Amino acid sequence: MHYVFEPGFFSSGPVHVALAVGTVIAITSAVVGVFTVTRGQSFAGHSLADIATTGGSGAFLIGVNQFWGYLAFGAGAAAFMEMIGIQRRRGRDVATGVVLGAALGLAALFLYLGTQYSSTTGASFSILFGSIFVITPSTVPALIASALLALATVVALARVLLLTSLSPDIAAARGVPVRAVGAAYLMALAVSVALSAVIIGAVLSTALLIGPAATALRLAKSPLKAVITAAGIGVVAIWLGIVLAYDSFYWPPAGRGWPVSFFVVTLIVGGYLVTYLRRDPRRAGQEQAGQEQSIDAEQACSPV
Amino acid sequence: MFTGVMANTWLAATAVAVIAGVTGFFAVLRGSTFAAHAIPNGAFAGAAGASLLGLNPFVGLAAFSVAGALGIAGLSRRSRPDVATALTFVMMLGIGALFVSWSTEYAQEAYSLLFGEVFGVSAGEVLPILGLGAVSIVAIAVMFRPLMLSSALREVAAARGLNTRRLELAFLLIMALATSMTVPVVGALLMFSLMIGPAAAARSLTARPVLAMTLSVVIALVTVWIGIAASYQSNWPLGFFVGVIGAAFFLAGRAYAAARRRLAVRPA
Repeated sequence: MHYVFEPGFFSSGPVHVALAVGTVIAITSAVVGVFTVTRGQSFAGHSLADIATTGGSGAFLIGVNQFWGYLAFGAGAAAFMEMIGIQRRRGRDVATGVVLGAALGLAALFLYLGTQYSSTTGASFSILFGSIFVITPSTVPALIASALLALATVVALARVLLLTSLSPDIAAARGVPVRAVGAAYLMALAVSVALSAVIIGAVLSTALLIGPAATALRLAKSPLKAVITAAGIGVVAIWLGIVLAYDSFYWPPAGRGWPVSFFVVTLIVGGYLVTYLRRDPRRAGQEQAGQEQSIDAEQACSPV
Repeated sequence: MFTGVMANTWLAATAVAVIAGVTGFFAVLRGSTFAAHAIPNGAFAGAAGASLLGLNPFVGLAAFSVAGALGIAGLSRRSRPDVATALTFVMMLGIGALFVSWSTEYAQEAYSLLFGEVFGVSAGEVLPILGLGAVSIVAIAVMFRPLMLSSALREVAAARGLNTRRLELAFLLIMALATSMTVPVVGALLMFSLMIGPAAAARSLTARPVLAMTLSVVIALVTVWIGIAASYQSNWPLGFFVGVIGAAFFLAGRAYAAARRRLAVRPA
C-alpha cells in the first residue's frame, strides 16, 4: 500500500481540501468543457483563464479579495468578446486574441505597479501555475457556490446549447435566441474558468477544461455519455495527479516534490493521445475532415 | 531618449514590429491566433530547461517553440486545431512548471520572459533579431502566394495540389523561429499583442492582401514606437502600452469598416 500512497496521505488536511476542491473543479470544467470543445471555443476558454488572473492581480493592487477580481475580469472579458464578434465562426479567434492581448497588457501594468509597492517577484509565477495545496478552507464555500452556478446554467441550457453549437441555422429557424444562448454560455464559461484559475492556476484550468472533454467526445456516442465520461476523466486525472505529487516529495532531483500541474497535464494529454490508437470504423473514411464530431445535429435534437 | 542603450531598443523593437506585422497578418488570416499565443508562451519552458542544464536560453526557446509547432501541426491532423493547440500548450507549460520546480532561482527570469526587458537590449542581441527578421520575411515572401491561397480558399489550394498541411507546418515553424529570438527581448505577451492587434486592424481596413500586410506592418510599427515613447516617459511597462494601443487600433479599424458598410448601403 505504501508504494502507492506515501504515509500520511489520508490524514493530511491540505490533501483533503485539495481532493475535495479538485473534484468540484474537475467536474465543472469537464461538463462546461464538452460544450467549449463542441463550439470550438478552446481559445476563449484558455484566454478567460489568463484574463481572470489579470483581474486577480488588479484586485491584489487595490486590496480587494482576489476571487472577486477574477470573477469581475472574467465576466467583463466574456462580455467584450461577445460584443466584438466571438459568436461568428470567422473572426472568432481574432476577437478572443484582441481581448486577450489588451488584458495581458493590463496584467503587465498591474504586476509592475504591484512590485512597486511590495516585493512579489513570485507573483506572476504563482498566478500562472497556482497551487492546489495552499487553498484556504474559508474560500471553499464561495468557490463551490459559483461552480454550482456555472454548472446549473450549462445544464439548464444543455439542449438549446447543443443545438445552437451544432447547427445555428436550424436553431434560429426553430426560434431559439442563438446569440443570447451563446452569451449566457460564455458567461458560465467565464465563471467556471475564473474559479478554477484562482484555485489551480491558468494552466491546469485549461487542461481540465479542454483535455477530458476532447477525449470524451472522441469516445462517447451521445452528449450525455460524453459529459459523464469527461467528468470521470477529469476527476481521475486530478486525483492521480494529487497522489503522485504527494508521493513525489522525496523524488530527485530537488527533493521538494514535483508540481501537481505537471502530473495532471501529462495524464490528461496522455489520455487524449491514447484515443488516437482506437480507430473508429464509422469515421475511418473521413479522417480528412479531422473533426471530432461524433455527435451530430440529428442526435442533438432527439431527447438525450 | 534616442541615444546609447535606447538606440538598441528602438532598433530591436522596430525589427520585432516588422516581423510581428508580417507573421501576424497570416496568423490572423489563417485563424492561427491561438497558436500565436501558445508558441511564444509555451516556449518559456524551454528557457527554464536550458537554464537547468546550464545552456543558452536561446537553445531551449528554439527547441521548445519548434517542438510546439510540430505538436500543434501533428495533433491537428486528427483533431480540431484549437483542441490540438490547447493540449500542446498545456503540455509545454506543464513541463515548464516541472523545470521551474527543479531549479531554485527562476521566478525573476520567468517574469522577464513573459514581459520582456526591452530597455536592456545589448548590441549583441540586436543582430540576431535583425538576421532572424530578414530570414522569416524572406521565407514568407517566398511562400506568399501558396500561403495566401491556402489561407483564403483552402479547398481550392488542395484541389490545385498544394500540400496544405505542409504549408501549415511551414508557417508554424516560421512563427516559432520568429518568436524564439524575440521573446527574450520583448517578452511573450508583447509579441502576441503585436502580432494580433495590428493585423486584425489592417484586415478590417482593406481586403487587398499586399496592402493589408503593409498596413499591418505600419500599424505594428506605430504601436510599438508610441509604446516605447510612452513607456520611456511614464516608466510603465511597454507591454501595457502595446496591448492597449493594439486593441485601440483594432476597435478603430472595426468602426471604420462598419461606417464604410453603412455608407455603401445608402450612398449619400
